[in-house]
Amino acid sequence: MSQLSNAQLVQAYRTMRTIREFEERVHTEFATGTIPGFVHLYAGEEASATGFCMHLRDDDYIASTHRGHGHCIAKGVDPVEMMAEIYGKATGSCRGKGGSMHIADLSKGMMGANGIVGGGGPLICGAALAAKYKKKGGVGVCFFGDGASNQGTILEAMNLASVWNLPAIFVAENNGYAESTSSTWSVACDNIADRASAFGMPGVIVDGFDFFAVYEAASEAVRRAREGGGPTLVEVKFMRYYGHFEGDAQTYRGPGEVEKLRQEKDCLLRFRNRVTSSGEIKAFELDAIDKEVLALIDRAVEKAKAAPKPKPADLLTDVYASYP
Amino acid sequence: MAREISYQQAINEALRQEMERDSTVLVMGEDNAGGEGSPGERDAWGGVLGVTKGLYPRFPDRVLDTPISESAFIGAAIGAAAAGMRPVAELMFIDFMGVCFDQIFNQAAKFKYMFGGKAETPVVIRTMVGAGLRAAGQHSQMLVSIFTHIPGLKVVCPATPYDAKGLLIQSIRDNDPVIFCEHKMLYGVTGDVPEESYAIPFGEANVVRDGKDATIVTFGRMVHLANEAAGELAKKGVQCEVIDLRTTSPLDEDTVLESVGKTGRVVVVDESNPRCSIASDISSLIAMKAFGDLKAPVQMVTAPHTPVPFADSLEDLYIPSAASIQTAVRRVVEYN
Repeated sequence: MSQLSNAQLVQAYRTMRTIREFEERVHTEFATGTIPGFVHLYAGEEASATGFCMHLRDDDYIASTHRGHGHCIAKGVDPVEMMAEIYGKATGSCRGKGGSMHIADLSKGMMGANGIVGGGGPLICGAALAAKYKKKGGVGVCFFGDGASNQGTILEAMNLASVWNLPAIFVAENNGYAESTSSTWSVACDNIADRASAFGMPGVIVDGFDFFAVYEAASEAVRRAREGGGPTLVEVKFMRYYGHFEGDAQTYRGPGEVEKLRQEKDCLLRFRNRVTSSGEIKAFELDAIDKEVLALIDRAVEKAKAAPKPKPADLLTDVYASYP
Repeated sequence: MAREISYQQAINEALRQEMERDSTVLVMGEDNAGGEGSPGERDAWGGVLGVTKGLYPRFPDRVLDTPISESAFIGAAIGAAAAGMRPVAELMFIDFMGVCFDQIFNQAAKFKYMFGGKAETPVVIRTMVGAGLRAAGQHSQMLVSIFTHIPGLKVVCPATPYDAKGLLIQSIRDNDPVIFCEHKMLYGVTGDVPEESYAIPFGEANVVRDGKDATIVTFGRMVHLANEAAGELAKKGVQCEVIDLRTTSPLDEDTVLESVGKTGRVVVVDESNPRCSIASDISSLIAMKAFGDLKAPVQMVTAPHTPVPFADSLEDLYIPSAASIQTAVRRVVEYN
């Protein structure tokens, strides 16, 4: 068991709390009709993005999914700019031209949330290939969902990563549903991780509500990749708290399913109970983080609402690096 | 110093010179070296038609064979480009784009725009195009217009060995994703090519023949057939201007419109199917911007609206010919 310092525990809690607060706020703001387009929320899954990204540097790359806000925050993308992006503002991470499904920041190694299910698998093979040439021990992490686990791109990418012995990690975030379809139905084998052996890599299953379990599995997979040991498939099992998208009535879910998860499984509650009962961190310290995060998200929403929209001339910019 | 080499050799030389110049240039694709993991020789193929032959022994770390997984390796080339490399991926035939199209048009083409300008994807996808090799419906298409349609992509169609080298070097140095279309019937065509490295800028059409009576706008292999037709017509006193577009995106509108201003009579030749083609695109451009200059309706010479047939008797009918180009030129010249 790797030992986390107090500073690391605080960082983990702050990241998970920031993701949760961000998503809860997007949920309530979306309901007021001020946020345009589609949003897909990561609430409930915070331990996965946080547990992996804590092992990553800015020059490590991640590829993300529709449900990308959590990965962005965990990889260091500025939540204030992210919120502005979700509101379609000129001050957003992508200057209002990407939106929730395309938030990216390559300077932080975030290759983009992705509107195409399974789109990130091949891309992360490329980032991992580039890392191999740069010889600085960089890695690429592909987050994908249980839906994407059935896409050819992901299966091809896992094969290629093994064939080329790439420093890549495939993180299957099995949150129970691909849109409205249960992963117990759409995934033909018992576990997505069972597919790892077909691609010549280790397959690991972790409880996605347990930050420490994710952190531990990620530690091993990232170490292996950095040392040239090749790719790993990690299946993170949990359930999302909200619908596929905001506005999803979620009639496919069992009665009381989410309430039960929130009470009994929640990653933030579990984390808090563990570190306060062990005495590593005091409850009031976590309360203070909660307040700081709340203030950050308040400010992010306030600034996003006040920010200017992109100008008409921005419609035509940034299609090409150069185009005569 | 220039010497005569083939279109295929010119492409190989461009790759070699750019790999020597820039250590971030990678070459990857199915059998690009060949023989990976097999008991016999490496560099066994150098790509299915030998275009990359000889690169592997020079750059063993930067010529990568791939599994037959077009989505994975084309996407990997795109991801590596976004992460700082300059990959040149070979997609054996443009017909296989259907397998990996998402990575090209939803990922590579859109990164820069969707990410607010904060991404560059300097990837080149080399691919074989065109009919004539009796390769039938899934190995012979001319899908250039599909890529030309997509903002964020650049599309290059060299007609000569000189252009193949200079345009490929420009493609590799360019910071946008480039679809580089190599016509399979041109690989053996030879021409003068300088030994030294040079880049031909995009969006600059080449007026390959001057004339005052009619303008033939075309690109790729059809440049050769247009020249042949123009040569025959010249014997009968009809002087054709032949314009090789070189790149369909960006498009050199000025050179086309200038020539239309001079001749007022236009034939557009495109080997692809006619609907939503480069031919129809150029025709609409002329209708919108040079209507007053026209002395006759624009004529298009294209393949029919059918898949590419196998039998030689049918494929020869499918592909536009010098004779069909001559007929179209006569029609515009004789129109009153």
